[in-house]
Amino acid sequence: MLIQIKNIRIVDPTCKIDKVGDIFIENGKIVDKLSDKPEKIIDGKNKVAVPGLIDVHSHLREPGQEEKETIKTGTMAAAKGGITTVFCMPNTKPVTDNAPSVEYILMKAQKEGKVNVFPIGCITKGSQGEELAEIGILKKAGIVAVSDDGVPVANSQVMRRALDYTKMFDLAVISHCEDKQLSKNGVMNAGKNSMIFGLRGIPNQSEEIMVSRDIMLCELTGGKLHIAHVSTAGSVELVRQAKKKGLNVTCETCPHYFSLTDDYVQNYDTNFKMNPPLRTHKDVEAIKEGLKDGTIDCIATDHAPHTQEEKSKEFDNAPFGIIGFETALCLVLSELVDKKVLTFEQAIAKMTTNPAKIFSLDGRGTLKPGSIADITIIDLDQKYEFKKEDILSKSKNSPFIGRKFKGCAVMTIVGGKIVWTLKDGIIN
Amino acid sequence: MSFNRKDLLGLEHLDKKEIQTIIDAAKPFKNMFTRSIKKAPALIGKTVVTLFCEPSTRTRTSFEIAAKRLSADVVSIAPKTSSFVKGESLVDTAKTLEAMKADIIIIRHTCAGAPELLAKNLNASIVNAGDGFHEHPTQGLLDLYTMYDKKKKIEGLKVLLVGDILHSRVARSNIWALTKFGAKVRVVGPPTLIPKRISELGVEVYYDLDEAIKDVDVVNILRIQMERQQGGFFPSIHEYNELYQVTEKRLAKAKPDVLIMHPGPMNRGIEIDSEVADSPASVINEQVTNGIAVRMAVLHLLALARNKQGRKHTC
Repeated sequence: MLIQIKNIRIVDPTCKIDKVGDIFIENGKIVDKLSDKPEKIIDGKNKVAVPGLIDVHSHLREPGQEEKETIKTGTMAAAKGGITTVFCMPNTKPVTDNAPSVEYILMKAQKEGKVNVFPIGCITKGSQGEELAEIGILKKAGIVAVSDDGVPVANSQVMRRALDYTKMFDLAVISHCEDKQLSKNGVMNAGKNSMIFGLRGIPNQSEEIMVSRDIMLCELTGGKLHIAHVSTAGSVELVRQAKKKGLNVTCETCPHYFSLTDDYVQNYDTNFKMNPPLRTHKDVEAIKEGLKDGTIDCIATDHAPHTQEEKSKEFDNAPFGIIGFETALCLVLSELVDKKVLTFEQAIAKMTTNPAKIFSLDGRGTLKPGSIADITIIDLDQKYEFKKEDILSKSKNSPFIGRKFKGCAVMTIVGGKIVWTLKDGIIN
Repeated sequence: MSFNRKDLLGLEHLDKKEIQTIIDAAKPFKNMFTRSIKKAPALIGKTVVTLFCEPSTRTRTSFEIAAKRLSADVVSIAPKTSSFVKGESLVDTAKTLEAMKADIIIIRHTCAGAPELLAKNLNASIVNAGDGFHEHPTQGLLDLYTMYDKKKKIEGLKVLLVGDILHSRVARSNIWALTKFGAKVRVVGPPTLIPKRISELGVEVYYDLDEAIKDVDVVNILRIQMERQQGGFFPSIHEYNELYQVTEKRLAKAKPDVLIMHPGPMNRGIEIDSEVADSPASVINEQVTNGIAVRMAVLHLLALARNKQGRKHTC
């Protein structure tokens, strides 16, 4: 299909472009000009086109936990959030530590997915933390990174080997940094609030000890380390220092870590239970500072769907995690751009250009002619209330239900196809 | 009378006036205990359920006696006999009880926040009988009542809480109640069992019992659980006894008219020396008696608040 998006503000952080103009799409790619008359013209007046958003951290739950989410529902939710590419973590059932699992996910995504799905493979067999998974074979099958998300590699020797071994594939090792002994039985941030609420705490140090270790192992091996969901002031500082040293370290944070604190746990609402846990105001400020000075490269969702039944348990017994696809962009705009933490372009770079670069996604994360036509169209003035009944994800575990936003995605284009619009919803 | 709540979940959010109302309401109930007929008709026709998802004899019995002395119909549910073992969720179990028209549900649970979870989901009144490390409001109230009864005034009293503060809901409820009434609260125990930021609640932190006990009016001794040793919180019961057992010798440093309290069940010879437990200064058994009066007051006030609410709805 030949598409022309007319008179739209084009923001592309890769080439520092911010101008009003037209975008042309042909054969799924962005082109300089169309070879024929456009079959579809989109009026871009008062809207912004940015490279399709890339979410490097999510849980699509398929295969094995389809009651929580499927590739179909998860990618519908992503499309609604303006996200055109999602990385899915390997803690499915079975875990993604073998080529057939990767192929299954890619096949399902091809058939039922609304956006691009890029699987992340396990670091170790069965995510057991003992022996390396067949990372070379996984890479051939189509993974974009490795991670034992949720069950961090406790053995330093194994983590060292992983960082070393992956160098030949140019694959990043995504590390969920947590000292599980230190965080044992913890369900929220350790601090004044956990003391008052009578809940077991997870200290900042349980994250920071592993961030330090992994940075040191990165230095030892020269491997490519990406630290997942940074939540504490200490972690930000550790990454900042590592970058100053010139180490091959990048990191991400999630919208909830710059928009919520552990004060919200006070009613024992399990939609505020995630891992790492919500921290304090001081940590939130440090995260914002880290985003501002470039220490934090990416904003990812850690979209973690769980059923109503699981989340309506006692706080101690409910699983960690919240959904995030449908609110990420709105939160970035309201908490970071409107509050002048980041410019619009800087914010978009953390969801497009930067992840594309870190994970070597050729032809994505940019609007340059020749690149794949993954495009997110945003209306910065669009009022949007996040209502439970409108959630497209199969699970509804969000702490942001009822929030009113100004600014959201209004159209999502994946590979030159319009997959979702605010007006018409998912396009089949 | 200033008590207008649907539930009693903790003492943190009660104001001094509400706590005073409960304490005042408990007194006539206690007087009733010496009569030949220990029964009042206040809760006649009401159904009270005790839902104890954690082992307890003392607190459950106390609540049951309290409800029965108020003429309520009382049903007790314990995890072993309930549908929990069949996998039913807490909220569903409680909703079933509500469908059976339970007016008040008294819950004990190992998870902090479990009573809040029920309060949010049910119209029945919820009474927290202890949730995880969070709160045990009726214990806090009965401790306050006992101190009030003996000392006539809480303001300015020096009250020492001894032992495992970290895992103690009794400690938290005591701290909320006592600080609201102007008592000077001290806590003592090994640093591993004292939450790091407890001083922000307006209490003084000590690690040395001999130092902490000086000039106190009340010593409230918390039960030490054997499994804390396995958790690595202290090296041995032997060493714990050495450092934190409340003995006659140590008590000599407290005020001469010091009160000895313990929420029970006691580990004689561990956190408390047997002699101390049986000494004239000990009000441990009186606490048990007062517990019933205070729980009657709580049930009565909640029932009154429910009636008021009910009338409002029908108008």
